[in-house]
Amino acid sequence: MTIDQLQAAAANNLWAAITPEITLGVLALLLLVLEMLLPKARHVVIPTCAIAGQLGILAALAFNFTATPYLDRDTFNGLLHHSRDGQYLRAFFLVSSILVSILGVVALAKQKMPRVEFFHIVLVVTAAMMLLAQSANFVLLFVALETITVGFYILVSYTRSNPLSLEAGLKYLVLGALSSAILLFGIVLLYGVAGNPNSLGSTASPMSYAGVRQFLEANPGNFLASVGIVFVLAGIAFKIGAVPFQIWIPDVYQGAPTPVTAFLAVASKAAGFAVLISLLPVFHSYAGLVTVVLSIMAGATILFGNLAALTQHNVKRLLGLSGISHAGYLLMGVVAAQTVPQAVGAIYFYLFAYLLASFAVFAVMTHVAGENDAEQDLDHYTDFAKKHPYLAGVLAVGLGSLAGIPPLAGFMGKLMVFIAAFKAGLYPLLAIAIVGVVLSIYYYFGWIKAAFFSTWRPPLASGETEPAEIAATPIGFSAGLALGVLAAGSVVFGFFQGPIAAWLLAR
Amino acid sequence: MPDLLLLSIFAPLAAALLLLVPAPLAVRKFIAGVGFVIPALIALYLWSQFNPTGGASYHFVSRYDTGLKDTLGITLYLGLNGIALPLFVLAGVVGLAAGLYAIQSKAERLPLYLGLLLIMQAGLMGVFASMDVFFFYFFHELALIPTFIMVGVWGGRDRGYAAMKLTIYLTLGAMLSLIGLIAIYQQSGAETFDLLALRQEVAHGSLAAGNQKTIFGLLMVGFGILVSLFPFHTWAPLGYGAAPSSAAMLHAGVLKKFGLYGLIQIALPLLPEGVGHWVGWLALLAVGGNVLYIGFVTIAQRDLKQMIGYSSVMHMGYAFLGIAAYNTTGLGGVVLMMVAHGLSVALLFLLSTSVYHRTQTFDMDDMGGLAQKAPVLAAFFVTATMASIGLPGLANFWGELAIFVGAWKFSAAYTTLAVSGVIISAVYGLRSVARVFFGPVTPAFAKVSAEKAPTDLAWGEKVPALLLLVALLAIGFWPKSLSTPVDTAITATFRK
Repeated sequence: MTIDQLQAAAANNLWAAITPEITLGVLALLLLVLEMLLPKARHVVIPTCAIAGQLGILAALAFNFTATPYLDRDTFNGLLHHSRDGQYLRAFFLVSSILVSILGVVALAKQKMPRVEFFHIVLVVTAAMMLLAQSANFVLLFVALETITVGFYILVSYTRSNPLSLEAGLKYLVLGALSSAILLFGIVLLYGVAGNPNSLGSTASPMSYAGVRQFLEANPGNFLASVGIVFVLAGIAFKIGAVPFQIWIPDVYQGAPTPVTAFLAVASKAAGFAVLISLLPVFHSYAGLVTVVLSIMAGATILFGNLAALTQHNVKRLLGLSGISHAGYLLMGVVAAQTVPQAVGAIYFYLFAYLLASFAVFAVMTHVAGENDAEQDLDHYTDFAKKHPYLAGVLAVGLGSLAGIPPLAGFMGKLMVFIAAFKAGLYPLLAIAIVGVVLSIYYYFGWIKAAFFSTWRPPLASGETEPAEIAATPIGFSAGLALGVLAAGSVVFGFFQGPIAAWLLAR
Repeated sequence: MPDLLLLSIFAPLAAALLLLVPAPLAVRKFIAGVGFVIPALIALYLWSQFNPTGGASYHFVSRYDTGLKDTLGITLYLGLNGIALPLFVLAGVVGLAAGLYAIQSKAERLPLYLGLLLIMQAGLMGVFASMDVFFFYFFHELALIPTFIMVGVWGGRDRGYAAMKLTIYLTLGAMLSLIGLIAIYQQSGAETFDLLALRQEVAHGSLAAGNQKTIFGLLMVGFGILVSLFPFHTWAPLGYGAAPSSAAMLHAGVLKKFGLYGLIQIALPLLPEGVGHWVGWLALLAVGGNVLYIGFVTIAQRDLKQMIGYSSVMHMGYAFLGIAAYNTTGLGGVVLMMVAHGLSVALLFLLSTSVYHRTQTFDMDDMGGLAQKAPVLAAFFVTATMASIGLPGLANFWGELAIFVGAWKFSAAYTTLAVSGVIISAVYGLRSVARVFFGPVTPAFAKVSAEKAPTDLAWGEKVPALLLLVALLAIGFWPKSLSTPVDTAITATFRK
């Protein structure tokens, strides 16, 4: 390699293109520095710094949203591809990390755990998610994905005095490592066949999406490539919690601290879908295979998630299982996206509505949680509406939106995905989805019922005392504001989707 | 001129939002009252402005983009034609009556209760004002959700179970109809939810007959569940039995008509070739199931509110028969009957709650002789029952008559059976009047009235009841005011 080539390569490293990610990383380091410099009594400002910094990055991102000069360009020699979807996902992940930070402040106040590291890891994971969404190369895909996963290993077992949290961390570690291995195996298979100089249409860059795509187009029906594709899809299916890679979800969701559960449920899932969508054009010449694999997964995921959630009483497990069913609806959208471009926009809108609704529900749960936030049952919500009308209102809106009830945003997301699936002619999947939606009403509504309807309780036998009630944490300013914004957002975007939907769906 | 249709939807919503602001109860009651009065006034005003012979086309049209116009073909498209107008007026009038009745009631957490009713009212006005199929569905759901909550929180016996059953059944029905509507959107190739554009597209024959058959089947079952078509009716008596009176009035009186309205305004004109395949089944279920079977079930009821719930299921059988007849007379009759039944069933639910407040029970075996203590209540109740049976001079008569005339051309046998259903109505209607108001005072009722002497109807109850009764009589004596726009619209829509 001559010096000229190196220079040319270096000139392609447009660091300015990933300013948001770099700033996040710097902010993360800054938090650690602050921890060292500030006296312990002042440590309370660190979370505020984290949130303020993220808000600043979000503002800058919004300001440069379409003005950025890197739109539709490759940087870092094709490692990254910047697109409007990438911009949207950057904002999406930033918003979720801000919300996770706000919830983190509330949740950590109930624990005797170190505070600063939590925010540090959240920021790093977010930066990795943003890179993942814009990745155009399998190496970067894997590195970013591992950064996210390793970060989550720590976050999931963050409350290390709680055995359930540790158990969750261990489960996530073992199964996460397994899925990473599967994904890596798939990538290697693709790399091997695409880079083999003896094979037809071999490519000089078998790690880049474009190279693999070229090879696959030249070799339809290559067995090894097919196996590779299935393995890659399986690896991603683990991240989004699709059947048959969903077994970890209930335990991990239950054991993890509630803000982390929210982060897993929303951002990690969205990251999986972002990767899946960016891989669709790569695997385009194997669309038949991808359709079969993803359709079976989608159908099984919708049914499993909804059926398993029916009998749940622990609300964190319930949300985990219902989250599986949401992954199923989204997978149906991904299948449709192979033939209907609008489906991608539908998925992104769905994810946006899901973010608003899920964080609303998780925020309420964070406030309700006691010291041990893994144990939270529907029974804890008895007479909730009378005692905490504000939280109950937000909870109802969030659950309604998750259930896909008009006039809330979740319904619009479902509608868009269903229309896309209809256009793609996925009738059997649609039928399953309908069954799923009706089933889901039962458990979402059951929760609302527990919170709002006064239920009859057997009179106390002699010697029995009233079950210990969990007093919800008083609502702080930023958390209260976030709750209000989330609930209002679900309502407003249900009525008026406005420019966001128009922008997402126009393709 | 401001967009009155939009105002009729947003005024109740705005009132519901205002109720969130802490204020003295009297102020909140006043705000809620305004929220109910505005849509009713708008409905009556638009009725007076409506040119009866111009029912075929849409009036007062306006259109707004909510962000999905270019991508999904969804716009907030408002307007009234001759079929929508009567139901829009119905929604306004019954909404006002239900609202006034709720305001004077002593429900717990009254502001929340009124707020939910107002949201329901907004949805109802929206359903019948929408010319966009999507928003037609959307507003229906907007009105449906508060129903679930009201049944669950303020309901009577078995409210938890009733609310859950109601929710699951109605969600299933709504989802099936949604899929049917998306199917029309997609299969017709129109890629728009605009009803007029869809009609034009379908007029060119863009929907294959086979598709029409499937889609009509979906819509028939989906809408059928929402209108309590036999055998998907079991949610109705249970739900109405448990629902607080104002919610039952609005749901049974107005919201339930959504399914029938959808069949007449959307399914029949858009899927003409799908109808023929299903009318046989529809008529069988309607007459054999709703009218006869449920008719006999109604006779056997002891619970007053459940009996009214069952009778409302039974009367839906007539409406389905009129739709199965699929001719202008029958369909016109269905629209008239929807209005008449909406008024009469709302009145009956209102009065039955008033009866309950005096007898402390819904069990008719424990009642008797209430007429001596509350003659005005008795008079109202007798009139409402007569309307429900279909006595001439009251609105229901004209609707049922037109349905029978229309259905005769379709099938004389079914019509004969359906007409005999009127006798069934008379049996349970008159029997209930006799058991509640006349005859000797039962020991149970004597005990209740000894504790607290029952009074006659108070003004707070009289005003909403009078409102409904006057409407029933007005249409009964002057049916032309509604039937002309309906007929012109139906003739134009179903001209072959």
